[in-house]
Amino acid sequence: MAIISETTRPVAASFAGLPLRTWQTLGVALVFIVACVLPFTTSSYHLFQLTMVLVYAIALLGLNILTGFNGQVSLGHGAFYAIGAYTTAILLDNTAIPYWATLPIAGIVCLGAGFLFGLPALRLEGLYLALATFALAVATPQLLKFRGFEKWTGGVQGIVIDKPSPPAGVPLDSDQWLYFVCLAVTVPMFLIGWNLLRGRTGRAIVAIRDHPIAAASMGIDTAMYKSLTFGVSAMYTGIAGALGALAAQFVSPDSFSVFLSISLIVGLVVGGIASIFGVLFGAAFIVFIPNIADQISKAAPWAIYGIFLIGFMYVLPTGVAGGVKRLGSLLGRMGKR
Amino acid sequence: MAADGNPLLRIDGVSVRFGGIVALDSISFDVAHGQICGLIGPNGAGKTTLFNCLSRLYRTGAGRILFEGKQLLDVPRHRIAALGIGRTFQNLALFKTMTVRQNVMIGGHCRSRGGFLANALRLPFVAREERKLDERAMSLIESLDLRRVAEVPVGGLTFATQKRVELARALAGEPKLLLLDEPAGGLNHEEVDRLRETIVSIRDRFGVTILLVEHHLNLVMRVSDKVVALDFGRKIADGTPAEVQQNADVIRAYLGAPAA
Repeated sequence: MAIISETTRPVAASFAGLPLRTWQTLGVALVFIVACVLPFTTSSYHLFQLTMVLVYAIALLGLNILTGFNGQVSLGHGAFYAIGAYTTAILLDNTAIPYWATLPIAGIVCLGAGFLFGLPALRLEGLYLALATFALAVATPQLLKFRGFEKWTGGVQGIVIDKPSPPAGVPLDSDQWLYFVCLAVTVPMFLIGWNLLRGRTGRAIVAIRDHPIAAASMGIDTAMYKSLTFGVSAMYTGIAGALGALAAQFVSPDSFSVFLSISLIVGLVVGGIASIFGVLFGAAFIVFIPNIADQISKAAPWAIYGIFLIGFMYVLPTGVAGGVKRLGSLLGRMGKR
Repeated sequence: MAADGNPLLRIDGVSVRFGGIVALDSISFDVAHGQICGLIGPNGAGKTTLFNCLSRLYRTGAGRILFEGKQLLDVPRHRIAALGIGRTFQNLALFKTMTVRQNVMIGGHCRSRGGFLANALRLPFVAREERKLDERAMSLIESLDLRRVAEVPVGGLTFATQKRVELARALAGEPKLLLLDEPAGGLNHEEVDRLRETIVSIRDRFGVTILLVEHHLNLVMRVSDKVVALDFGRKIADGTPAEVQQNADVIRAYLGAPAA
C-alpha cells in the first residue's frame, strides 16, 4: 500500500509568501463556505447525493483511522455502518427518542462493538485480519434477516423511518435540514479526528503501523491502542450509518451487503490512505461515479465504473491527497526559484 | 567506577532457550549507576538476546533481572520505557513514514499521558504536554546535530543519520539506563570517532548509565568503564577493559584456539 507521507523532501513551509498553515486554514474555510451555500443551489436529488457524500466522508474517516493510520485492514466496515443504521432505525421505531439523540447512541454501540471485535483481531495481521473482517461483512446481512431478531429488525422487510423535519421557524425544507444536520455532525467529527491524529495518540497510532515492536519499546500499549483504534473507527462508521439511515429513511439487510464494505475501501484508496481531507474526495467518488457510469451506459454501468477506477489509480496512484501533496511540493519548489 | 552499593541493573542467572538451543546460559553481572558497560562477544554470543530480555521482547527461561531493585520480568514490555530503560536497535527500528521530529517525540510517549479522550477534545493539559514534548525533542535534535533534517521523513535518511535519530528518540524517554545495540554498526572510521565522543557526552550530560553491545572492540575498550564478554551464551569475562583484553578465554573466542 502506498502511504502518502512517503517523501524524502521536507514539505514546503510557505507558498506565494503565505505560510502553508494559512493556506490550509483558507482551504478549510473555503470548503466550509461552499458546503454551506451548495444546498441552496441544487435540486433535491443532488442535495441527497451531497448529504450522502458527508455521510460517507465520516465513514471513510473512521476506516482511514484504522486502516490508513493504524495499518489494520478492514474489509468489513459495512457491518459497523449497518449496526449504526439499525441502532437508529430500531430506536426511532420503538421509542420516542428524538432522531438526533440516536446518533450518539449509535456511536457508543459501535464503539463497543468495534472494541470487542478489535480484541480477537489483535492476533491477526495483514491479510488474515482482512479475511476476518470480510467474514463480518458477509455475515451481517444474514444476521439482520435472522428470524429471532425480526421483532426489532423487521427481518427482510427492514424498517421505514420518518425523515427528520426542520424545527418550526427554520426556513429550510426537510432535505436542506437533513443536509445541515449531517454537516453539523461532520464538522466536529473531523475536528475530533484531526485532534486525535495530530498529537500523542496519533503518533502512537501511526507508530504501531510503522513498527509495532519499536512502538511497544517506546512505551506504547500496542494492544490497548489497537483495540481502542478499532473502537473509535467503528464509532465513526456507525455514526455515519445512523445518518445514512436518516437520509435514506429506510434500512434493510440488503442495503448493507459486502459491496458496501468494498465501496468504503475504494473510497479510502481513492481519497488517499492516511489522509484526513482526502476522505471527502473518496466519498464523492463513491456517491457520484456509479451515477455517472450509469448515465454513460445503462447496459454496463459497472464496467464503466471499473474503467473510472483503473484510470483514477493510473493518474493518481496515491489518491487525491497524495496528488495534492505532490502538486503542493512542486509549486513550493517553483516558488523558491 | 566500582560496582558497589546497589547496582542500577543486576542480571542474575538469566537463561534463554530457543527450542533446543541455549542462547543464554545463566548470565549474571551488575551495571552500576553512571557506568558505561560494554557487552562484547563473537556473532551469536547472545548479546542482542540479552538486550531483548531487558526490553521484554523475549521470554527468559530462568533468572532475575533487577532494575533499581525491581524485578523486570514481571513488567509488561510497554512499561519498560516508563521505568527508565531506553534502547536503540541493531538494525534500526524507526517509524519510517514519520519525520525525525515526530520520531523523537514518540520517544517521549512514556513521559506523557494524554489518552484518546483528552486528545480528541484537545484538553488544555494536552496542548501544554505537546509543547513540552516538542521543545524537548527539538533540543535533542539540536544536540545530536539533526536540525537540518528535523522535518524530513526518516525513511529517506542515511544509515548513520538514522542511527542518531534512534539515539535522540531513546533519550527523549529520559532513561536512567540506555541500551545501545551496535551503535557503530555500518559507520565509517570518522563516524565511529564522533560516536565515541557522543556516548561519553550523553553519559555526562544526561547522567544516564549505558549498556553497550558492540562489535567494534576498539570503541568498546576506549569508551567503557567495564566490559562483559559473552561466548556461546556464557559469560567468559567481566572486568575493566584492560583485564578483559588480557583474558585468555576472550582471546580464544575472538582469535580461535592457538594451533597445537
